[in-house]
Amino acid sequence: MSATAPDRPTRLSARAVLVGLAAILGAVTLGSLVGPVHIPFGEAIKRLFGSPSSLTDRQADILTAVRLPRVVLGGLVGSMLALAGASYQGVFRNPLADPYLLGVAAGAGLGATVAISAGATPAVLPAAAFAGAIVAVVATYAVGRSVGRRSTTSLILAGVAMASFLTAIQTYVQQRHTDTLREVYAWILGRLSTSGWHEVLLILPYLVFGGTVILLHRRMLDVLSLGEEEASALGVPVRRVRLLVVGAATLGTAAAVAVSGLIGFVGIIVPHAIRLVTGASYRVILPLSAMFGAAFLIIADLTARTVLSPAELPIGVVTAFLGAPFFVLVLRTAKGLR
Amino acid sequence: MIVALAVALGACTANGATPSTDDETTVTFIETTTPSTTATTTAAFPVTIATANGTVTVFSEPHAIVSLSPTATEMLFAIGAGGQVAAVDDQSNYPADAPLTDLTGLSPNVEAIAAYDPDLVVVAFDPGDLVASLDTLGIPVLLEPAATSLDDVYTQISQLGEATGHTDAAERVTTTMQARIVAAYDEAASGDELTYYFELDPTYFSATSSTFIGELLAPLGLRNVADPADPDGYGYPQLSSEFIIGADPDLILLADTVCCGQNKDTVAARPGWDSLDAVTKGNIVPLNDDSASRWGPRVVDLLEAVGAAAREVRK
Repeated sequence: MSATAPDRPTRLSARAVLVGLAAILGAVTLGSLVGPVHIPFGEAIKRLFGSPSSLTDRQADILTAVRLPRVVLGGLVGSMLALAGASYQGVFRNPLADPYLLGVAAGAGLGATVAISAGATPAVLPAAAFAGAIVAVVATYAVGRSVGRRSTTSLILAGVAMASFLTAIQTYVQQRHTDTLREVYAWILGRLSTSGWHEVLLILPYLVFGGTVILLHRRMLDVLSLGEEEASALGVPVRRVRLLVVGAATLGTAAAVAVSGLIGFVGIIVPHAIRLVTGASYRVILPLSAMFGAAFLIIADLTARTVLSPAELPIGVVTAFLGAPFFVLVLRTAKGLR
Repeated sequence: MIVALAVALGACTANGATPSTDDETTVTFIETTTPSTTATTTAAFPVTIATANGTVTVFSEPHAIVSLSPTATEMLFAIGAGGQVAAVDDQSNYPADAPLTDLTGLSPNVEAIAAYDPDLVVVAFDPGDLVASLDTLGIPVLLEPAATSLDDVYTQISQLGEATGHTDAAERVTTTMQARIVAAYDEAASGDELTYYFELDPTYFSATSSTFIGELLAPLGLRNVADPADPDGYGYPQLSSEFIIGADPDLILLADTVCCGQNKDTVAARPGWDSLDAVTKGNIVPLNDDSASRWGPRVVDLLEAVGAAAREVRK
């Protein structure tokens, strides 16, 4: 990642914020109105805005107890994963850093698998996932640094090695506890499809905390992108910023993974798409990643539950299937836009 | 027949705890005859059996059977061949006195199996050319794959009877099963059609009517709500929550009570499920996961439990 070019915007324009909010609004509307069970559009809108509607109790239940929490949760998870991806990229000054490539998701998966195999209650799963994720990110960083601090590839290679290693341990634990195999798989594949407001409340505190810490450091991340020595010279407490931001991103990722399962691609696709369109300042990338990450995952989840309707498709399949071509499109067109 | 049932009931009590849910009905299929003294040993060895893996010859009455199939284990014990079983795989948790080992039927190791010096091995599928490897060691193998119909179940029980010298007992088991199944179907024959949702796990993976279990339940006058989600008939779609709520099935059948701790309360607590007919009227049937995923004699217990629940709904 090169230094911030002077001609790039460092301030979030009102227009960008409006586009972001419109994307979220559009995704939420679409996400709550489309599904395997037909709910009349106009009546649903009325209901959503609290006016009397002709919906049956069952339709109203489906709308408010099943679809809305799923949409909200998808938005929160997408927002967090995109924000975490952008943070890792900033802190490690590495365009390829994301929760997957750094082994964070694998660590969270291992933590949760161990907890499930030990018979832990669902309430401690986010904590177990966080413990695994922190171990993974610290180990990846330590290994990557010991190889060569300047090289972007060494960190990513360390992350890939760490992810494989942790996945191997996870598979071993699974095979030793085949009685909990189905529960572990259900967890890894995600529970967006079965979630309600309870899950939203469960992860909201982690996401608010993680997101706030990251967004408060957006200026610091811009300074960090100049290089470690330069940032220190400018008075940025490099170690502390790095620790705080990585901790916040990891906590948020672990909480998101705890309800959504392992969803790839969001953390790398969304921030890069935004970077390609708007420029390299984290003051712009971070807030927009949060907004478009939310919209992206809501649409991905909508696709997951409608494409085979009334059967479901795992959402990770959709994020990768939509994400990869979309990324190529952005990559190809961005040259012209800039 | 009466004597056999009495023996079976006695054996069941003696077996004590079974890994079951509260609602599992009594199992009446365990005979406790020892191979050498039993009058049911009618088959003269060697016997030749046409199985899924070709023609298999068992030269003498086996006394060290290794079963890597939980279903076959249940069948072997049901026909009174339990005493001849030397080792069963780590998933064969029923009956409780089966000689459980850490052998695995999912990724089996030929050497570990051979270490039991088996004179017959029973498997449900053939990963990594297991059957061929055992053949080269001169160990007869019966491949008894997942049944697609009740006839398959009866055939497999008969084959195991022939291979172990329990032809008569096997015949009795299948006859009893058939009689109970016919009785359950007859009883439901005049009832209205009901809808049901068959849950395999709490992420709403479901079995449709094209699966073995679906075909077993259909003659009870039941229509499966998952069918529209599986146009190609693969059998096990993952449904969306709102689709199940929209379908509002008369019966919710839970085959995830053991693996995932599901019950009436956890189902009622799901977002948007509290107003479902089956929830408000209590028509949720907890089933033993294993009975639902295997195709052994216990499927009749499952069938009767569902039949009883359907009877309640129709009242």
